[in-house]
Amino acid sequence: MVEVMLRPGIADPQGATVQRALPALGFEGIEGVRIGKAVRLFVDAANAGDAQERAAEVASRLLANPVIEDSVVRVMGEVSVESAP
Amino acid sequence: MSAHVGVVVFPGTNCEHDVVKVLRSIGGNADLVWHGASALDSYDALVLPGGFAHGDYLRPGAIARFSPVMKAVVRFAADGGPVVGICNGFQVLTEVGLLPGALQKNRDLKFLCAMSTLEVCSDRSILTRETPIGTKLNIPINHFEGNYTCSVETLAQLRDEDRIVLRYTQNPNGSMDDIAGVCNVEGNVVGLMPHPERACDEMLGSADGVPLMASLLGMPVGALLSEQQPG
Repeated sequence: MVEVMLRPGIADPQGATVQRALPALGFEGIEGVRIGKAVRLFVDAANAGDAQERAAEVASRLLANPVIEDSVVRVMGEVSVESAP
Repeated sequence: MSAHVGVVVFPGTNCEHDVVKVLRSIGGNADLVWHGASALDSYDALVLPGGFAHGDYLRPGAIARFSPVMKAVVRFAADGGPVVGICNGFQVLTEVGLLPGALQKNRDLKFLCAMSTLEVCSDRSILTRETPIGTKLNIPINHFEGNYTCSVETLAQLRDEDRIVLRYTQNPNGSMDDIAGVCNVEGNVVGLMPHPERACDEMLGSADGVPLMASLLGMPVGALLSEQQPG
């Protein structure tokens, strides 16, 4: 799973809009909302380290724009493309 | 002989015919170049027009920067060739690294389609070298991701190096420092969110885009670079 988030300090108008909507729905105490993307890669890899490394390269070369975004890669274990939600 | 401009078309580009029509109407020669092309040597200048290259999937320009033609565009720019990115084309030029910064979603999360007033802030870019600093231009914008964003260091550098080409007189989208267009160090690569090709006939509300497009045509390859050589 690759999470792509706006870097700290970069304005997030979507997150700010969601945050402003929360009190109207009765949600209190939510101090911040930041919206990013979740990208699930299905990697045919020998092991978790290999999968992590390759996904990180995809994340840095394509999925995130380093000017405004950071990415975090998490290996989720064995998941087949067919059975994934 | 009039300059021959290549207008690069990605799947999803939709402003290419406007650009070609305008360039031809003011005496230039322009042709479409498919994004699979790898040879651009026959052109005197390139335009990356607006639209939704590769559907704008992931981020505007994120996939387009890997289109085969982009290697040739980067080479063309490195050789001093004039390259202008309009709207989506600006987004592609930032993604490929020819221009600094990024274009984020508009501050108010609205797609903006409106006339905007721009101020020319630098006359050393290939697009504005015929237009005095301080000139006001009415040129429309048409974008969702036009909010120019960069690091504080990059912004300082852009200012110091006189690379902020155009500013909005009334910031429509949250862009840092009201930036509507920037150029590279040499001035031969320019990106701007407004659409000068849509402001080239009074019948359409403004002809203020004409001097910008004409400036592109008058620019032979490498001339700006050689002009800048000291002594």
